[in-house]
Order: sequence, then structure tokens, then C-alpha cells
Amino acid sequence: MSKSELLQLDIATAGKGLRDGDFTAIELTEAYLDAVEASRELNIFITETPDRAMADAVAADKSIKAGTSSKMTGMPIGMKDLFCTQGIKTTAASNILGEFIPPYESTISARLKAAGTILLGKTNLDEFAMGSSNTTSAFGAAINPWELTEDKKPLTPGGSSGGSAAAVAAGAAIAATGTDTGGSIRQPAAFCGIVGMKPTYGRCSRWGVVAFASSLDQAGPFARTVRDAAIMLETMAGHDPKDSTSAAQATPNFEALIDGGVKGMRVGIPKEYRVEDMPEEIDSIWRRGIEMVTAAGAEVVEVSLPMTMSALPTYYIVAPAEASANLARYDGVRYGARVEGDDLNGMYSATRGQGFGKEVRRRIMIGTYVLSAGYYDAYYKKAQRVRTLISQDFDNAFHSVDALLTPTTPGAAFPIGEKEDDPISMYLNDVFTVPASLAGLPAISVPVGSNENGLPLGLQIIGRPFDEGSVFRLGQALEDAAQFDKRPRLTLEGFK
Amino acid sequence: MSLDRETIVRIAKLARIDVEDSEIDGLASELNNILDWVETLNSISTEGVEPMVGVGVSKAPLRMDNTNDGDIAEAVLANAPDPAPPYFTVPKVIE
Repeated sequence: MSKSELLQLDIATAGKGLRDGDFTAIELTEAYLDAVEASRELNIFITETPDRAMADAVAADKSIKAGTSSKMTGMPIGMKDLFCTQGIKTTAASNILGEFIPPYESTISARLKAAGTILLGKTNLDEFAMGSSNTTSAFGAAINPWELTEDKKPLTPGGSSGGSAAAVAAGAAIAATGTDTGGSIRQPAAFCGIVGMKPTYGRCSRWGVVAFASSLDQAGPFARTVRDAAIMLETMAGHDPKDSTSAAQATPNFEALIDGGVKGMRVGIPKEYRVEDMPEEIDSIWRRGIEMVTAAGAEVVEVSLPMTMSALPTYYIVAPAEASANLARYDGVRYGARVEGDDLNGMYSATRGQGFGKEVRRRIMIGTYVLSAGYYDAYYKKAQRVRTLISQDFDNAFHSVDALLTPTTPGAAFPIGEKEDDPISMYLNDVFTVPASLAGLPAISVPVGSNENGLPLGLQIIGRPFDEGSVFRLGQALEDAAQFDKRPRLTLEGFK
Repeated sequence: MSLDRETIVRIAKLARIDVEDSEIDGLASELNNILDWVETLNSISTEGVEPMVGVGVSKAPLRMDNTNDGDIAEAVLANAPDPAPPYFTVPKVIE
């Protein structure tokens, strides 16, 4: 098989080819390393790991030959640079981590390594995963491989997992890891025309993932197909005693749960998501999605989630509060870049003042304020109470429906540099993804169509806690019906 | 609620983040916009509603209090700025 043919395979088909001996993991890896190199203009990787990739490929071929391989063996993937990788620089896209080289491996990356995946490199992201456009990265923004706009301004791949999404869309990785705190997997997946899955909170271990907002952070896969996302999530998920919020739940065979169709499933359409001045392109793709799942045999009913519009302000209290506590560890003492000061506090303040970027400083300060004496009850406690109401909305809806269908984003990918002047307009990117994050629910984004400029648009399916099966099944129904086969202009050899 | 310059300086001090004098007004206006926006939550009645601290955290898991690592001082110090093995270093704190 030629390199370009190899690059067009998804996980399901590449796995079969590897096991049948049609090609080797080394051949597949070499093809992807070429693609990584050819995609450098997109600023996808903060650190490329070609030597590690080749060593992984040798091991994968051995395991395939020995008959000990898994469905993920030999799959060349990108790893969001928020997962600690032993001996490989991990930056969280921040200057404050300096040349940090973790002495340990995150549980998720360890599980993927043990399953025989091949690490191509560490992908770009917003600094500490705080952003919706990848522009807060200390290493410059990753670029969306999709068609440029008429004014030729490069588009954002979304954020915070922008590099991972761009890698999969461009064909520079067969799949990639992401983390999602308020939409950081689903929004970039929608912007890049690929599948992104945030599982139930607790499904994937947070151990070794650089923390942003611990009650919300959750890892998940980016892939080209719903099936691939299910295969990869199965490898990532599982109870981990090292993360006290990791759920003691058996991991189902997610791939098997995809099949079986959606006949008889009840799908809720939350009327509050039909926001004022919703762009016609979003309204229309949502209507098409409703038609698709109806045609596949699901029953669609309107539901009400009255607290929907309170989710984003709630998130922008809860997440910065947790971030201000989590990021207190960056003090220039135990790791990271130190900036000297007159005394201990001076050293802390200089280190943090210079090490953190603008958005991270902004969120730490908001968080510090809402947690400070005299304001804690008015802001933080209040937000936690509203979070309860938001979660109850979903509980109530799930009494009458099996899953919810909504748009993923309020628009398509926008040019890099837009929405930078007003933090709130940037935050509004996550208006449809944040509610499920606050409630800890599994949710997927699937590409369903494109707008008049040819840019991809995604729809989101939200499920009950630990019912990823229904989410995947409905995702598969959308994928089957949409037959979304448009590819980015900057697609490399692969994924055509 | 409006944050003045003095409050911004106080928050920055609490957060241990150096802020240049020239940045204070810009930060005040950005933070005020965000706070004005999140204050829309005040219109929601939350009387008697329990605060939600997280998902599925009603019962913290317990384990035996055993040491399961240790003797890795070198690894722990490997990323420290200016270490004096086996110690981290900080600026002088006692006069």
C-alpha cells in the first residue's frame, strides 16, 4: 500500500490491515511521520516525538506478530500537551512550566501506550486549556486545515484542544486525545469536521493530566468516525485508584454498543437551546439532524431545560475558582520557570506574573476574587447552587427521553484574531457545550454538514451519566445519514 | 458591584501575580464586565438548593494509609529551579 493510501485508513480498517499483515505498524508510522512534517505550517505539535514513534512501531509489530495486539495497537496518535508523558516535555502551552519533563506518565497516556498506540507528538492547546481558539497558547495558535475565508485569514481550529483536532482533520494523526472542561473537545471537533467525545465525568482518569478545573476536566478522544472514537475511548476509560473522582464502573465494549440502531429511542430537543439571533446555518443543520434521527427510527420530542442560559455564567465562576486553586502550585519552587524577586512573595509574584499568559491571569484573578472573604457566598456558593439546578434540569429531561440533540457551537470556525478583544464573546463559543459539562454528562460532536462557505458544522448528542452507548448509537445514526465526506483544503496525503 | 484599582491590586496580591501599574485599568474593566455578566445569576432563586461541588462525589473513597512510593528524591527534584539536593531552594525567608 502507498503512503497516501495508508493515511486514508481509519482505526477500524487500519487495525484489520495490520492484523491481516497487509502492512506493518512501521510502514503506517512512517507515513504519519511524513504527514506530521508536511503539516508543520499548521503549528499542530508543540513537541514531535519521531524517535519514540518508531520505537513504539517496532513494539507494535512485535505484539501483532505475537498475537497479543489490541484494537489500538499500531495506531499513530497525537497527545494533547496537557497529559504528562514520562521523559517527554509537557508544557500545557504555558511558559510557566518552562522545560518541564514529567518523571511520571498520566494514566490515560499509559493506557494508550500499553494498548500499543504510537506517539507522534504532543499537540498544541490553549494555555492550561483555557480558551476556545487555541490563541492563548504560549507557542502560537494552531491553525485549522479547513478552507480559508475570502480574506485569506487563517481559521481557528477551536480550543482548547485545537492541535489535536487539527491533527486529525489534516490527516497528521489517525486519532488524538483531548480534554474537555467546558467544550474543549466538542467545539474543536465541530470546527474541524471530525468526531469528538467527552465521556461521563469520572469515566477517564485525571491522574497526570495538568489540572484546570477539577470538577469539570474530563479526557476523551478525537477521531474520524464515531466507531473510531468508541474504540479509542474503550482503551482510555477505566477506574483508577490514583484519581479519587474516577468512577468505579466497568468499561463496556463501546464499539459493540454502536450497533443496534436508534429505533424506538426518544431524543429530546431542548427548546432553550434555540437561542435568540441563532444563525440560520446552525438552525438549519439542527433541523436536518432532527430529520436524520427521525428517519432512523427515533422519536423526537421537545424538552425544556429552563436553566440553560445560566450555565455559562455559572461556569465562569466555578471554573476560574477551581483554576485559581489548582494553579497555585506554580510558584517557581518545585518545577517550572522561576523569576527572582526581592523576597519569597516577590519571587512568587514575579514568577507568576511573567509565567502566565493574559487569559490565565484573568481567570486566576476572577477565581481569587470569587473565593475571597466576603464574596465567597455571593459568587461561588451561588454558582454551585445554580449548578445543582442545571443538573436537575437534565435529570428531569432524562425521565422522558434517552438523549438530547443540540448544535455543538453557535457558529462555524472563525478567523484567528477574532473575538480576542472581548472575553465574553469568546466565552459564548461554549454556550451549548458548558451545560453538559457542569452536569458531568457524556456528549459527542459529530460533523453533519457545512455552511455556505464550506466550513463544517457539528451536532451534539448528550446522554445520561455512563450511557455513552446511546450517545455513540445516535452519533452513528447521524454519521450514517449525513455521509459527511467533505475534507479540508489543507488535507495532506491522508484522510481524502 | 464595581472593582476599583485598589481592589484589583488586592486581588493580584492575593493571587501572587505581579501586575504592572499600566495594566490595572484594563484589568478592572475586563473583570468588571465579566462580573456584571455572571451577576445575572442573582435573579435566580436558589433558596434551599444544595450547592453542587462536583459530579459523583457524595462519598469519598477510602484507602489504607500506606506508603506506596518514596525514595525518589532525584526524580522529585529533577525539574526544580536551582535545587540544592536533596532540597528545594527558596529566597531567604528569615532575617
